[in-house]
Amino acid sequence: MTKLLEANNLGKRFGQQTAVSDINIHLSRGEVLGFLGPNGAGKSTTMKMLSGNLAPTNGQILINGVDLLEQPKQAKAHIGYLPETPPLYRELTVREFLVFCGRLNLLAGKPLRIAVDRVIERCGLGDVQHRLIGQLSKGFQQRVGIAQAIVHHPAVVILDEPTSGLDPIQIRDIRHLIREVANEHSVILSTHILPEVQMLCDRVQIIAHGQLLFSDSIDALSKQMHASSLQVQLANAPSVSELSAIAGVVSVQTIADSTFRLHYQPDNDPTERLVSLAVANGWQLRQLVAEQHSLEDVFMKIVQREENSKDA
Amino acid sequence: MLNLARNELYRLFLSPLAWVILALSQALLAYLFLSHLDYFMQIQSQIAAIPGAPGVTEMIVAPLLGNAAIVLLLISPLITMRLLAEERRNESLPLLTSAPLTAAGVVMGKFLGSFAFLLILLFMVLLMPLSLLLGSHIDLMQLASGALGLLLLIASFMAIGLFLSSLTRQPAIAAVATFSLLFFLWIVDWAGQSGHDDAGWLGWLSLLKHFEPMLQGELYTADVAYYLIVTLTFLLFAIRKLDNERLTG
Repeated sequence: MTKLLEANNLGKRFGQQTAVSDINIHLSRGEVLGFLGPNGAGKSTTMKMLSGNLAPTNGQILINGVDLLEQPKQAKAHIGYLPETPPLYRELTVREFLVFCGRLNLLAGKPLRIAVDRVIERCGLGDVQHRLIGQLSKGFQQRVGIAQAIVHHPAVVILDEPTSGLDPIQIRDIRHLIREVANEHSVILSTHILPEVQMLCDRVQIIAHGQLLFSDSIDALSKQMHASSLQVQLANAPSVSELSAIAGVVSVQTIADSTFRLHYQPDNDPTERLVSLAVANGWQLRQLVAEQHSLEDVFMKIVQREENSKDA
Repeated sequence: MLNLARNELYRLFLSPLAWVILALSQALLAYLFLSHLDYFMQIQSQIAAIPGAPGVTEMIVAPLLGNAAIVLLLISPLITMRLLAEERRNESLPLLTSAPLTAAGVVMGKFLGSFAFLLILLFMVLLMPLSLLLGSHIDLMQLASGALGLLLLIASFMAIGLFLSSLTRQPAIAAVATFSLLFFLWIVDWAGQSGHDDAGWLGWLSLLKHFEPMLQGELYTADVAYYLIVTLTFLLFAIRKLDNERLTG
């Protein structure tokens, strides 16, 4: 498969402080890569380096085979970048702004008009194209930001936290739009929201403290996330010892009067036995949740594994 | 680059600032122009008999352009302050830096855009002395020399303002700093005039000192070179600053 974006041993130091170190990123055609990490992990720094806004201290970035550091002008023509805060001129109308962005990216004449028409249609901006950007809602401004990144039809689109600060409906719309964008472009998406990655991405890379901890397909991540605990609520609860007697249950933790957390061995899932026992003994099962690890747990798990392997 | 300049000029005219500046500076200079004209009309009959007496151009055009330079000194910081500082405050600078443009392209685009705006202002100012052609003879070459002086002055104002605007994210700071630096360069030769022999080089630094001969219709290569050097130097500073930001973050 052709590699559209290739970053090797990317590192950035600010003075004495190392922001990111030794990051490798590969993006193939038509792929959506999720770049996941808690706040302050170095996501935005990496995105800035990939978009040519920040020169890495060491490492190499190839965009579509063009070296970003040696031939920035040629390489940047293949990139569309949406920073954390969408870069917009509030006093322009949507259409004027997109025309300007198209020109910035060396489009002119008829191709420019076609490209702007197309991007307005794709991003659902038709109704607001003659309104001032400053008057639009944040969700629409974000759409204009995305439109700005794809107007020149770049090979790689880099989106830095595209859904931060939006309300749930706007988030849903933007995710829908990103998925639409992904049909035609390769996308790198940085976020700290795990479900977003699960919904949108083919592959995921996890970064924490400036280091790449995990790089695999989304399925592999799901496995990592699968926890080995159940949360149950029983209106007519039995004693803790009765619960721990169920085959496969390792330990029982009481969360509230009638709510428990059952830990079990990963290869011996007691869910079915628990349900049939609950029915047989009249425990009145109200709630049964297979617990998923939160992003933080996954991080902890991955970080711990990392440290263990270093010790070994 | 030209696209950027055009967009800059266009956005300038979307804000009331540009219109207010154009209108008020025009009104101010028109008032000065008329009072100079009035004064000239009064004393015309008295000085007409003196051989070698100053004519219309010396009496009206030169002072007008001199005043225009001071008005420009006052308004330039207001134009340049927004160029980069405001982009930075709105965090819209990445739009330009991630486009296939070099730092030099960004700086030149911004420079040309604001320069074009002041050209419009300059053109409107020049219409006033040109209107004298209807009823009088004026020294067009002296006018042209003064206009060229103003042109060079504007270029250096814009370059200095652009550089100071690249240093900060607060437009107000950029404006104050630009005004201070311009004003300092304007009056720096006062020290040179105070009688110290070794202060001559201060006079050479002065923006005003190089402008005055042009008002009188005397065009020296050294003066033209001075403005070009100032303009280029500050443009290069601004380019370096933007480039450096990419390198060090």
